[in-house]
Amino acid sequence: MITAAALLGAIAVLLAWPVPLVLARSAWPARSPAVALVLWQAIALSGGMSMIGSLLVYGLVPFGDALPQSIAALGGDLRAGILPAGTSFTHVLALGAAILLGTHLLLNLLATFVRAERQRRRHHALIALLSDPLNGQPGMRVIDHPAPVAYCLPGAGHSATVLSNGLLRLLDADQVRAVIAHEQAHLVQQHHLVLLAFKSWHSALPWFPIANRAENAVALLVEMLADDHARRIVDDHTLARAIALVGFTLAGAIPPPGSEADAAVASPSLPGRARSGRAQPAEPEHPAHQVMPRVARLMNPTVPLGYAATTGALTVSAVLLAGPALILFAA
Amino acid sequence: MKSMGSLGVLERLMMDVLWDSSTPLTANELKDSLTRPNVSGTPTKQLATTTVLTVLSRLETKGFVARDRSVRPHGYTAVMTRAAHTAGLMHEVLGQVPDRQAALARFIGDVTPQEAETLRQLLGVTPRHTA
Repeated sequence: MITAAALLGAIAVLLAWPVPLVLARSAWPARSPAVALVLWQAIALSGGMSMIGSLLVYGLVPFGDALPQSIAALGGDLRAGILPAGTSFTHVLALGAAILLGTHLLLNLLATFVRAERQRRRHHALIALLSDPLNGQPGMRVIDHPAPVAYCLPGAGHSATVLSNGLLRLLDADQVRAVIAHEQAHLVQQHHLVLLAFKSWHSALPWFPIANRAENAVALLVEMLADDHARRIVDDHTLARAIALVGFTLAGAIPPPGSEADAAVASPSLPGRARSGRAQPAEPEHPAHQVMPRVARLMNPTVPLGYAATTGALTVSAVLLAGPALILFAA
Repeated sequence: MKSMGSLGVLERLMMDVLWDSSTPLTANELKDSLTRPNVSGTPTKQLATTTVLTVLSRLETKGFVARDRSVRPHGYTAVMTRAAHTAGLMHEVLGQVPDRQAALARFIGDVTPQEAETLRQLLGVTPRHTA
């Protein structure tokens, strides 16, 4: 039991800091974003399981020599209102922490999804009132706004891809096709689910050094995956130009935080570069710096990971997921 | 859209009428303008006044419509212009409102001025729409 607790604790520490740091700094995820995305999810899940598992197993040490037996003993002792000899304050603390952490993470995940679902429903209702279908295509909506904006709005049975007039004016037909393909990939591959999971993890553990980094890394990987889908429809140069044009224009077009909501509408044309000096500051937790890595891999196409490296990374992911579970069962 | 059914469509049609109107409209006036044949996309069948009232109360709940209860029959106006609603929504989408639409994957997220400059140099872009 105590060995298992120590082992799980060691895994939790490794996955909480050094491993994600190395992954966040390595260059290969840009070559195979799907593989990296699997690895990030394995690290997050395995890290959480190890952390909770380690606390749980340690706290159960006085109750028995094996996990099922000690859990049963804990239940009996709780009903009887006694604690076995050798139960120290740290054991009780560990048990309490395991239960609190597990509940906290699960409730936060649930709350994040419920809140997102409510926002999404409200957003769909607004889009229905404020936008028009694009060439009569269902699920494609055009909203009358000067800033070049494109995003997708998932929803059971009625997903929408929203494009602004500003975007349609800025981009040529091929570039628009690239943007649409990019957004459709988000919808088809259900990227919002993985984004929400990591967002929930970050908001549940805001003090956790790696949660912010993981959320940003995952957000970038998801964009790269969608880019890769768009590259099957248009050539790399078209997509890169679309990203650059939209990115450049947005940097000058977004009114600084705190300005009037309709400032962008009040002026008939896009505010020019005079605004860019006041464009939003890069806050530490802001998911900025995503555009350049995306453009870079389009300008200098990279070779995807080879068979061996891909298999290796996926095996590591499987081991990460199975490892803590096996240790727990063996404990 | 299917689940929203005709109520969603009616909401849209009524808002378009209210946005175009310079004066408050009564439910009956709204009903008449929706059943007049020259309004494009108008349902052909006759609308019931109760349906119009139902849709109006939905729009009031959503904060799109204000009801003047001091007159009989009640007068309805659009709370904000269509452009102001759009601007508010885009304000959220562009991440200016903290924790709103946070998990929304935009085609392009936040771009720093430095990144914008690098983009311009890298691709030799001369945007058509910047002053």
